[in-house]
Amino acid sequence: MGTAVATAPPPSQARKLTKFWRDGDQITHLVTFIFAASVFVITVWLVYELWIHSAASRAKFGFGFLTGTTWDPVAVQFGALPFIYGTVLTSFLALLISVPLGVGAAIFLAELAPPKLSNACTFLVELLAAVPSVILGLLAWLSMVPIMRQYIEPFLKHTIGFLPLFTGPAYGVGYLTAGLILAIMTFPFIISISREALLAVPREQREAALALGATKWESTWQVVVPFARLGIIGSIFLALARALGETMAVTMVIGNDPAIHTSLLSPGYTIAAVIANEFTEATGDVYLSALVELGLVLFGVTMVLNGAAQLLIIATTRKGSKRD
Amino acid sequence: MKNKILWVSFLAVSAAMVLPGAETINGAGATFPAPIYQKWFQEFHKLHPDAQINYQSIGSGGGIRQLTEGTVDFGASDMPMTDEQIKAITKYHVLHFPTVMGGVVPTYNLPGVSDLKFSGETLADIFMGKIKKWNDPALKKDNPGVNLPNDDITVVHRSDGSGTTFVWTDYLSKVSPAWKSKVGANTSVNWPVGLGGKGNEGVAGLVKQTPSSIGYVELIYAAQNKMGYGSVKNSAGTFVKADYNSVTEAAAGAAKDMPADFRVSITNAPGKTAYPISTFTWLLIPDKIDNAAKKKTIVDFLQWMLTNGQGLAQGMDYAPLPKPVVAKEEKQIALIK
Repeated sequence: MGTAVATAPPPSQARKLTKFWRDGDQITHLVTFIFAASVFVITVWLVYELWIHSAASRAKFGFGFLTGTTWDPVAVQFGALPFIYGTVLTSFLALLISVPLGVGAAIFLAELAPPKLSNACTFLVELLAAVPSVILGLLAWLSMVPIMRQYIEPFLKHTIGFLPLFTGPAYGVGYLTAGLILAIMTFPFIISISREALLAVPREQREAALALGATKWESTWQVVVPFARLGIIGSIFLALARALGETMAVTMVIGNDPAIHTSLLSPGYTIAAVIANEFTEATGDVYLSALVELGLVLFGVTMVLNGAAQLLIIATTRKGSKRD
Repeated sequence: MKNKILWVSFLAVSAAMVLPGAETINGAGATFPAPIYQKWFQEFHKLHPDAQINYQSIGSGGGIRQLTEGTVDFGASDMPMTDEQIKAITKYHVLHFPTVMGGVVPTYNLPGVSDLKFSGETLADIFMGKIKKWNDPALKKDNPGVNLPNDDITVVHRSDGSGTTFVWTDYLSKVSPAWKSKVGANTSVNWPVGLGGKGNEGVAGLVKQTPSSIGYVELIYAAQNKMGYGSVKNSAGTFVKADYNSVTEAAAGAAKDMPADFRVSITNAPGKTAYPISTFTWLLIPDKIDNAAKKKTIVDFLQWMLTNGQGLAQGMDYAPLPKPVVAKEEKQIALIK
């Protein structure tokens, strides 16, 4: 320390140096600001383009587009409700399965598993997260659909078929199969990110809990998991975003029927799937712009669901602090 | 040093890409004829090494859009352009050139039952959900002696927009007034019942997996995958099983009343042996091409396609054009200025 002071440059030079560093700060500030602003610019640009190109459809159907249930390219009559319903329902089903599965697996890998096993599993999970969706779609198409049709759906009908959710013929394709493949697609994200969040919880937290006489499970469930709550919720957001926008795998197993059915065994349709299916052959301005407007609707659905989830977080956080 | 070599080769490659650009002709459109178009452009390039034709199979709708926007030199479509679409292009008039023909066949999955016969009205009623069981009297009447089961019919259709769907629904509209008023014909329609599969392979896969289902696929797809399919009753009242001859026969039957611009649907065409669910696929060519070299290449290609090119069709499972249609098209080539 002493030698550093002795060899320090004369005051004027030192001032120059600090000025340079301050400028450097400003440059970094500017550069990173531009990077961050690009997110904003791209989002605005996207909405602008969708808005402009959906003009014909917005003019013709107005808000009726959101509540319309007919999708008829011949009569040029378009409504988005069956697609919104299918998108939200399949994503909800996916999260219903993948959240407990993913969070549970993450707890095991971060807290309970021996490090070797944990690392091997994490490697596999990250591999699974990188599998292109069309390949998972093939898996669903070749093996899940026949299994659903022959075993699972008849079983559901026999056992809980009195519920309106499990009625109708067992096609093997439909909301339930689409929800399942989406669950398979999203749970690696939840495991991977939740595990990181759990591992980042300071050791002292666990030690303190154990010192107070908590069991391993009590320390995990009541101390570590709440501490990592934000990371876990973040992973669920990412999973939801992937489920809402997934196209290829869903269209292969959902049955592509633009109608609203209560039964989870019935065929349905999602927004992303219908855009991918019909865009290339869409002729006529209104038809094309109705497909673009569906893109706008998907953007809106994503925003509303994300907003609702944010509110949920705020609500639960307050509750948590009150209990503290 | 290494960098220099890299740069030089990069420049050479980009120069090679730019220089013959003047001769490169770009087209886009229908996916159904894409395999034979690729083959044709390849063979034609061998005969005329300076003529390079690129084709992107992006779908009929996309082909028409790109032609309208002027981003390609020619388009291709499985359904003829409408009057409004033609009027939307002000710079020139679009000529329709039929190139090859295809058929659409009903395919079904009924264990132990093969070679079913369908009349047009029965197919329309099945796809509307009016006929729900395989042992319906209408099906029994067309298939005497066949042991039809008392099972629910599962209908399978295309989920993606497609020329195949257009031909299928166009045929059903012609034979069933109820279909025409309630559903109509287009590349995608509002299906009254059924499951949607993506592409021919999606429909074929669903039919194969689902017992007592029925769907429709392109004749080429069925032939190449050795799938079984049913016969359909034509306008003369005979049940015809689709093959290249019966599809070509449909065009020959329609050739007499062929409009001068070739924009015609040949579903339910007259002719004793004509297969009723047949269609042309068209090249969409501007009648005014400013670039002389491009014009010459396109005209030469059309001439070659109508003569030697047709010989390649059957080898690739497409039905060739009948002679009277070829003769009429050769006259239309003279309209390209």
